[in-house]
Amino acid sequence: MSLQALTYLVVGTSFALYIGIAIWSRAHNTGDFYIAGKSVSPLANGMATAADWMSAASFISMAGLIAFLGYDGSVYLMGWTGGYVLLALFLAPYLRKFGKFTVPEFIAERYYSKTARIVAVICLIFISFTYVAGQMRGVGIVFSRFLEVDVTLGLAIGMGVVFVYAVLGGMKGITYTQVAQYCVLIFAYTVPAIFIAIQITGNAIPQLAFGSDVSGSGVGLLDKLDDIVTSLGFNQYTSGTKSTIDVFCITLALMVGTAGLPHVIVRFFTVPKVRDARISAGYALLFIAILYTTAPAVGAMARYNLVNTIQPGEVGVIDGNLEYERRPEWINTWQQTKLVRFEDKNNDGRIQYYNDSNSAFAETAASYGWRGNELTVDRDIMVLANPEIAGLPNWVIALVAAGGIAAALSTAAGLLLVISAAVSHDLIKGIFVPGISEKKELLAGRIAAAFAILVAGYLGFDPPGWVAQVVAFAFGLAAASLFPAILLGIFFKRANKQGAIAGMLTGLLFTYGYIEYFKGLFLKWAGSPWGENVAENWLFGISPEGIGVVGMVLNFVVAIVVSYLTAPPPQRIQHLVDHIRVPRAV
Amino acid sequence: MTPENRAAYWRANLRLVASCLIIWFICSFGLGILLVEQLNQIRVGGFKLGFWFAQQGSIYVFVALIFFYAWRMNHLDQKFDVHEE
Repeated sequence: MSLQALTYLVVGTSFALYIGIAIWSRAHNTGDFYIAGKSVSPLANGMATAADWMSAASFISMAGLIAFLGYDGSVYLMGWTGGYVLLALFLAPYLRKFGKFTVPEFIAERYYSKTARIVAVICLIFISFTYVAGQMRGVGIVFSRFLEVDVTLGLAIGMGVVFVYAVLGGMKGITYTQVAQYCVLIFAYTVPAIFIAIQITGNAIPQLAFGSDVSGSGVGLLDKLDDIVTSLGFNQYTSGTKSTIDVFCITLALMVGTAGLPHVIVRFFTVPKVRDARISAGYALLFIAILYTTAPAVGAMARYNLVNTIQPGEVGVIDGNLEYERRPEWINTWQQTKLVRFEDKNNDGRIQYYNDSNSAFAETAASYGWRGNELTVDRDIMVLANPEIAGLPNWVIALVAAGGIAAALSTAAGLLLVISAAVSHDLIKGIFVPGISEKKELLAGRIAAAFAILVAGYLGFDPPGWVAQVVAFAFGLAAASLFPAILLGIFFKRANKQGAIAGMLTGLLFTYGYIEYFKGLFLKWAGSPWGENVAENWLFGISPEGIGVVGMVLNFVVAIVVSYLTAPPPQRIQHLVDHIRVPRAV
Repeated sequence: MTPENRAAYWRANLRLVASCLIIWFICSFGLGILLVEQLNQIRVGGFKLGFWFAQQGSIYVFVALIFFYAWRMNHLDQKFDVHEE
């Protein structure tokens, strides 16, 4: 069977599975639609959370990002896992005890304020839409490469599938499809990793292969990688280039941002008990860790494979470089997608891959007769091209395509659901039409979900220039706005309406302003970005990616000071806080 | 539940949270970021230790930490008789 036919078969089967599950577990009331009737087992919720969390970026881009960043890529590994510890310790059990439907609903009741609810809804919608646009893009990329259909058609098919199971099944439907999607994506991620680990080191466990010797050489993989990349003018793989304070702040911003993401928090509303919420966070991180500890191994092995393919012999000797005519098949296939590009700058018929922006290496490169780097590899293809680079059978390649789509769809569905819940439950029922019947609210939720899918599809089809830059914003925003407000609501009884609103707005505006100033988001027409995005200009040397930490600190300080300067919250709020702090109903 | 009992339960909870946070901080920000240069002088297998903590070790500790917290909290719930039926 040809690769394309096989890919259609595997992806088609996975779609049929997702839709089948959605029909079996469709929502009958708002409780099912928003929080799956609080009936999800902690283990299933852990898997669903893992699929919800691991997006197209985790599946497709992260290993490639680490392959090119080396140690600096650690910020993503620690940042996107460490947040679950904060979630388990500070938020999940208490929000489960609170036992309502949405994150803005908690903010509204704890801070007895519709204004606070609206601020929370704005943060939530912004965070979720920026995320979902990236997912739809991921679906488009996978479709266009593996199924060789038009990106637009690929997007339309992806939207159609999400439409069926998110609109029909609500939270209940997406929970069980996410369980299936987790299985597909983790299998698709680990199988090629194991194959490649065996090929390079002879050790089948990627987490250990990573620190093993390259087969037959007696030299460790990481040492060999450090040697070869430095001889090509790159930075050492195992050490970083970013300043310590920046690495520190980016990691912390990603952790706190993770804990503040509404589509992740809301998953812990779906389990039956408080103790389930705690253990479920553990299962979620365990399932996430399987991918997140494999990814750096994949990154290192992929970089090694790439460099070794292009530079099979000694550096600086003419026949040390690969002849273009003898290039492997995968370079050919990926050149068609323009994600791999080759230009023979010195007309020697061979490929040179090195760091031509390193001025200290320029002279050495010139003495080799090199006239600039000739191969550009998009980091997004490292995971997708890996099975081809390693020469794995076609069914593995088909599986990777299905895994990439599963990762994108599961995250998109989770995001679309929190958006629709924010519209139907927080805005329509909570603020504009409080007397709405349950049946009508459910209908409003479904319409909102359908509408959100269309907007997401549009954003994925024609991403405005800011999509790539807003991921940092989504995390910074979650860290600087929602997380402190929820945390203080549980751990600081004196926190009141005025403090929470002032804190959220301060965190939000500061973080947004800083990112707009250096990266430019919505005010490009007014001349933003105004500042050059270099370390000398940054506040305390913190890049826009890490600035959410400062926004968070400001939020905490402002919220606490303003709370003390204004009237304490009413007695019933004190009782509410007492109530959520204890697992058993009193 | 008496107010004293409630306060004691909450204090015990905060103590547990604080100790977990300290471990969380040490294994990621401490060993993986602030002390990474020093730890990289030590090698375990083919890994430099600081690099290993940043890309592997911290994640294993995070997972263990949540299970430990869940286990201790269940214990606390029983002890103060506030566990769910």
